[in-house]
Amino acid sequence: MVPTDLRYTKDHEWIRLDGDEATVGITEYAAGQLGDIVFVELPDAGRKLGQHATFGVVESVKAVSDLFAPVSGEVLATNDALTGSPELVNGEPYGGGWMIRIRLEDPGQTDDLLDAAAYDALIAEG
Amino acid sequence: MSVVGERLQPTLFERSRPGRGGDKIPHPPKDALDRLPAAARRKTAPALPEINEPEVVRHYVNLSQLNYAIDTGFYPLGSCTMKFNPKLNEWAARLPGFASLHPLAPDEVAQGTLQLLWELEGILAEISGMKAVTLQPAAGAQGELCGILMIRAYHRSRGDTERDEVLVPDSSHGTNPATATMAGFRTITIPSAADGGVDVDAFRAALGPRTAAVMITNPSTLGLFERRIGDLLDAVHEAGALAYMDGANLNAILGRFKPGEAGFDVMHFNVHKTFSTPHGGGGPGAGPVGVGDKLLPFLPSPRVLKAADGSFRLERPHERPSSIGRLRSFVGNTGVLVRAYAYLRAHGGSGLRQVSDDAVLAANYLKHRVGTAYEIPYDRPCKHEFVASAAAIKRKTGVRTLDIAKRLIDHGFHPPTIYFPLIVEEGMLIEPTETESVETLDAFADALIAIAAEAETDPDTIRSAPHTSPVRRLDEALAARHPNLRWRGMVGVETPCPD
Amino acid sequence: MPYGPHAAGDRERMLEVLGIPDVEALFDDIPEALRASRLDLPEPQPELELAARLQALAARNRTDLASFLGAGVYRHWTPPAVDQLLLRGEWYTAYTPYQPEISQGTLQSIYEYESLIGELMDLDVVSASHYDGAAATAEAALMTCRATRRERVLVSRAVHPHYRQTVAAYFGGGLEVEEIPLVSDGESAGTTDLAALERLLADSERPVAGVLAGQPNFFGLLEPMAEIGRLAHAAGALFVAVVEPVSLAVLAPPGSYGADIAAGEGQPLGIAPQYGGPYLGLLASTDALVRQIPGRLVGMTTDVDGRRAFVMTLRAREQDIRRDKAASNICTNQALLALAASIYVATLGPHGLRDVAALGAVRAAELEHALAAVGAPRLHPGPYLNEFAVRVPGARQVHRRLLDRGVLAGLALADIEPDDETLADALLVCATEVTTSDEIAAFAAALDDILAGRPPVGVEAGAGAERPTAGAVSGR
Repeated sequence: MVPTDLRYTKDHEWIRLDGDEATVGITEYAAGQLGDIVFVELPDAGRKLGQHATFGVVESVKAVSDLFAPVSGEVLATNDALTGSPELVNGEPYGGGWMIRIRLEDPGQTDDLLDAAAYDALIAEG
Repeated sequence: MSVVGERLQPTLFERSRPGRGGDKIPHPPKDALDRLPAAARRKTAPALPEINEPEVVRHYVNLSQLNYAIDTGFYPLGSCTMKFNPKLNEWAARLPGFASLHPLAPDEVAQGTLQLLWELEGILAEISGMKAVTLQPAAGAQGELCGILMIRAYHRSRGDTERDEVLVPDSSHGTNPATATMAGFRTITIPSAADGGVDVDAFRAALGPRTAAVMITNPSTLGLFERRIGDLLDAVHEAGALAYMDGANLNAILGRFKPGEAGFDVMHFNVHKTFSTPHGGGGPGAGPVGVGDKLLPFLPSPRVLKAADGSFRLERPHERPSSIGRLRSFVGNTGVLVRAYAYLRAHGGSGLRQVSDDAVLAANYLKHRVGTAYEIPYDRPCKHEFVASAAAIKRKTGVRTLDIAKRLIDHGFHPPTIYFPLIVEEGMLIEPTETESVETLDAFADALIAIAAEAETDPDTIRSAPHTSPVRRLDEALAARHPNLRWRGMVGVETPCPD
Repeated sequence: MPYGPHAAGDRERMLEVLGIPDVEALFDDIPEALRASRLDLPEPQPELELAARLQALAARNRTDLASFLGAGVYRHWTPPAVDQLLLRGEWYTAYTPYQPEISQGTLQSIYEYESLIGELMDLDVVSASHYDGAAATAEAALMTCRATRRERVLVSRAVHPHYRQTVAAYFGGGLEVEEIPLVSDGESAGTTDLAALERLLADSERPVAGVLAGQPNFFGLLEPMAEIGRLAHAAGALFVAVVEPVSLAVLAPPGSYGADIAAGEGQPLGIAPQYGGPYLGLLASTDALVRQIPGRLVGMTTDVDGRRAFVMTLRAREQDIRRDKAASNICTNQALLALAASIYVATLGPHGLRDVAALGAVRAAELEHALAAVGAPRLHPGPYLNEFAVRVPGARQVHRRLLDRGVLAGLALADIEPDDETLADALLVCATEVTTSDEIAAFAAALDDILAGRPPVGVEAGAGAERPTAGAVSGR
């Protein structure tokens, strides 16, 4: 079961909402599908993202995947630790493997997100 | 760093000692470079290894022993066509008349090579049913780029500037969409039909005034002939687009299907697949491109021409303004093309048809034998290669295709292509080629069947394979997370040599 | 079939297992309307006859000329050890090292190649090679656009014409490439015009992604690379150096003068001319650009038992994974040629390579003086290493007549740059360590005869004087 205090997208990102800010990363399932993560490309702080826009790329030994913004917003910070230790995404996907912190542009967009039960159902389908 | 294994070799840098080697070139006078401005000169000599010839030879002979090769054994790599590399071809390419010829030498001193290239173009045109051939592209991928750039030039020449899309099936080789992107197009991927072939209706729905081209591999990357190719080509041309054929799988259809006759506008050849030129550990190859009338004006320049008096020459600059220009220096990978020419002359028309007959027979025989232990997702006659799946084995035992591939190494075989095409789960693409004996095919099938059985009784041995190779499974995550791409031991200090 | 494996009965055995009478059933799925007409090709030739045919073709090429032709492909002495090692089947019949456990030979040799070239270039990252110098240069130009997210590239007019044309072909998809003009007279004639470059860089509406210049340039001249690099960086552009590897034994390497990327042709490192290829595209960059560099990379790692080993890495950049988002569509590298270059460099060593470059410089100086003495002075005054252009009126015709006398007098520049009036009467000539003083003397003597209207030995006089009228050429 995925953490119940987070919300999810069908592209396997998670988002931790915190007032008008949020933290975003990828789920354990996604990290598992990719395999050992070797590199994460993240946007610069200040960049404005539209909902579902590509905000970066996550690379494993044998695969690569775009990262999609769950909601629109402005990038406030990115996780510098991932530069030297991309394996944090595998080891601590919901904690130390966080990717970006954003300020939400439109709090209403959170209605589109999946809750933990809905995301669990999604990955159970395979 | 870690311990060097018993058959592994130190690097050149670890073999180096100051003062070793030399005496190949006479020494120039000390003031040889005095006329060059100091600012342009190197301040310190490059820290290249100093090794004597006997040690260099041992280094490369011993390293070579760590390689598997066609000359070692069976290489059932689907989509690579690992057939025997004829030794005559190595001899031919090294004839001084061919090898020492400078590419800018005047036409009159290059008549032998120009004649060979001209004849080769004709042979490839006949095989493909195309009107003309360029030998310029240095590889299949460059051939693809050539073809797509010509298609772009064609549409532009007709004032048709809205066409910015290229359609490919989801089974396509990765070079196809990558090529489209390089040429400035967007790729639209069309899911395949249930029988593994192109879904013509889905293509029809996507074809339109924005389509520049479709890129099709035939036989497909699943080793299946595209039965609906006629309908697809009609639909493509009705939409005003052009059809590109990726010729990687030509080994299946020599003398049986000519893409140009069937309606393809352009195709590339992989001479290092179909026509036996050696892979060399990753290259070189060559990717000649054949075209029909529509694209002929746009061929890269220079073309090889035959004059009325029977002599041969290269096209001059500006002789054909509609050309897309050049994608590389000089005329082409001539050394590779000499080998392909020798192969084609050795076989002739009847020999090439026999090549495809035997390649297809071998693949079907192997599919039949392998099918007793693995799923065959598309169970109809294949062409020169087929896909098998280990999905059921994975569900039952946890052993994946990757593990099976590694275990094949312990049986003395190079693994087949794995996880390509992407549309087959736990897939293996197996292509025996026509130069393998029945005994070899049976031995390979026996090995695969034995591994399938072993998966039930001893999956751990398979998951930790290979056990008998010079090195075992590698830490690829480490290599990518902390890349060490260059030796940095040499800063004027000796590095201790492990041996 | 020449290499077919089947003994009598083998095919029948397989057909029987499949339950079919012949292979026709296996080709049933080709629609009748699309089945091929016959394959109209010459009959197969047994090896003996084919060998004779190949020899006859090779013999139609002339290999007896004293050659002074360079222009991007150079004759050097290659120790026979190179080719004899290359002929080992484990090297040339091996596939791409996708299964690293059984490809450590190829993988280690590529790692060593990356290291050797990295040392010569003084740059951190070297790709496992591209098709040739032209393709590598085009890929370098594309890299600058990706890395800076700009769309315009400036290429010096003194970069090899084939390379410039290749960049133009690769850039047809919406990116812009523009030529930097050359200085037309004075001490720096024939080199990149720095003032013009500065003006081109100043257009803020069209920022420049990369600036490309050659060292030595196509005319053999040494360029002010550090200054070009400074101008590029000041405008936020990357600097690409197009270089020749043997010269790097004695000339300042790209890393030392601020190049972000270096491209070039590796053919001079032990690879035969072969009328155009296969050659060896060199591509190197600083560490900052490692994720932008196209093509294969081999790195060091360990296996599960702790052994040192080599593996293709950073593969997620490549076409089979990235597909339409890949940096390049490149699939092959020139592995066998990279191996040849490595064996060449290993066999010669740093002193040997330096001697090759320095001896070439000595012979070139000899050539310069010999040609000037018979009325063919240099076209440009600036310093050169081993290649330069000389002024010869009616260069094309003179080139032909020299050919008749057994001399391949370099390249008539009008043949490769027909639109450039200033090059109409020029030959581009070079010398290397294999050029002999006798060959130089023969070239000069033949040229002297031609310019004086003297026919070759054994031919009637009155063939017509090519010597220009008084005033056009000095020093005769």
